[in-house]
Amino acid sequence: MNIFDRIMSFDRRWIFLSLAIVCVVTFMWPFHVPITLSNEVRSIYNRFDSLKEGDMIYLSVDYDPNALAELHPTTYVLAEMCFRKNVKVIFGTLSNLGQGMVDQVIDDITDSVMLDKTYNGVFYEGREIQNGIDYVFLGYKPYPAMVIQAMGLDFRVPFPTDYYGTPLDSIPIMKGVKNFDQCKLVMDMAAGNVAEMWITYGHGNYNVPLALAVTGVMGADMYPYLNSGQIFGLAAGLLGSAQIEKLCDNPGRAIDGMRIQLFAHILIILFIIMGNIGFFVTRRRKKMGGDVR
Amino acid sequence: MKRQLPLAMVFIFGFLMIIQYFIPHEYSEWVNAFLMDWMMIIGVFALALGLWSLTRVSWDKVRQKKPNWGYSIVTLAGLFLMMFFGFDYFRHFSTAVGSDNYMYIHFYRHIVIPIQATMFSLLAFFIASAAYRAFRARSLLATLLLVAALVIMLRFNPFLGPLQPIMEEFSVWLLNVPNLAAKRAIVIGVGLGMVATALKVILGIERAYLGKD
Repeated sequence: MNIFDRIMSFDRRWIFLSLAIVCVVTFMWPFHVPITLSNEVRSIYNRFDSLKEGDMIYLSVDYDPNALAELHPTTYVLAEMCFRKNVKVIFGTLSNLGQGMVDQVIDDITDSVMLDKTYNGVFYEGREIQNGIDYVFLGYKPYPAMVIQAMGLDFRVPFPTDYYGTPLDSIPIMKGVKNFDQCKLVMDMAAGNVAEMWITYGHGNYNVPLALAVTGVMGADMYPYLNSGQIFGLAAGLLGSAQIEKLCDNPGRAIDGMRIQLFAHILIILFIIMGNIGFFVTRRRKKMGGDVR
Repeated sequence: MKRQLPLAMVFIFGFLMIIQYFIPHEYSEWVNAFLMDWMMIIGVFALALGLWSLTRVSWDKVRQKKPNWGYSIVTLAGLFLMMFFGFDYFRHFSTAVGSDNYMYIHFYRHIVIPIQATMFSLLAFFIASAAYRAFRARSLLATLLLVAALVIMLRFNPFLGPLQPIMEEFSVWLLNVPNLAAKRAIVIGVGLGMVATALKVILGIERAYLGKD
């Protein structure tokens, strides 16, 4: 058996092992990966950057822990940006394990915003974030399409109380807030078909200005909505999160993860090239009637 | 009556929901909100049914010692422990006090999150192996797929030097032209299919949802 035959019958456990080694080594070896910015991510940042103190937005955390690596950094950075700028945030989730995700974001960002920080040359003094004043967390309700439609009528239809059981009418931030009309934008971080439900029912029925952060595999599916203007921005996968972190001048786990993803991709490309070389040489030999063994 | 009543209800409520969409009036809005409430209430019964079904299937497996019955014990233990902690040791059923329960939060953060993240991360290894085997330039279409995949993977690769902007531009074209055209065709096709199916259900032509009896 020559080298090309070996390539053709390569044991996949070697691929698993080499990928694991690349991931571990690049994780342990910190180095800078330049992040190139795309227009679709830049437009999300620009819209968030144009928000003024007292404005309100809706952040929909529609992913489970399985998409945490790709989407959590976006949620963290955008939530922190809003809190730093005194923008009011309504958190909601249409994913059954999303409540824990929002809880974690609120806990961590509340701690982070207590510290003085400078982002993009602007100094932000640390302050305490208060539930009901700076944000409200509506919680989770099943059947996303229905919940989005009901929220478009009135947040109180699907969520008479917030996640912690407080009636919405007695929450200061919700005074005078009925539905999406009072929100400057809706940002949906989604790892499933909830993203398309937001487009169909959120934007379609109520014309909400909508942007999406989705997993890498969903990215290509969302481009038609970007071009038709149904969404104003799109951040796909870890790269999208890293771009948002870079634009917000708040590097975190996404930028950190990019070096691992970059080398994992290079390894996969090398394997693809190797597989094709083996394939062509073996096929040529077969055509020429040579012995393949 | 057993068949006529559901058919009549589907017809009435189906058309009501279509008509209300085109009437921007507060009465129409009220009807919509009222029906939304009902839909969510009915939907909750599906959760109860799922809970009952999972418990029964798992319990039967354990009782009859079917293959891999041990996993069913883990399923049942996980299900009821999360409910136990989620309802704050079965003390608060109607409030969200349980979501602050120490054990509930720790089970979520230190068991659910790592398990789900691990399962999803394993996909990377299978994708690497699948890419090695599947991305072969066997035909013209396979070659196009291979080239598209390589361009998308390499589009933001900083080690490409002067080639990087070209790759980026090419990937933008790929996403905005061929990908967009194909995806739009699929979306429009699916949309028309959904409208046709919905009309068939509302008009009583499609009756599979009624069951066999």
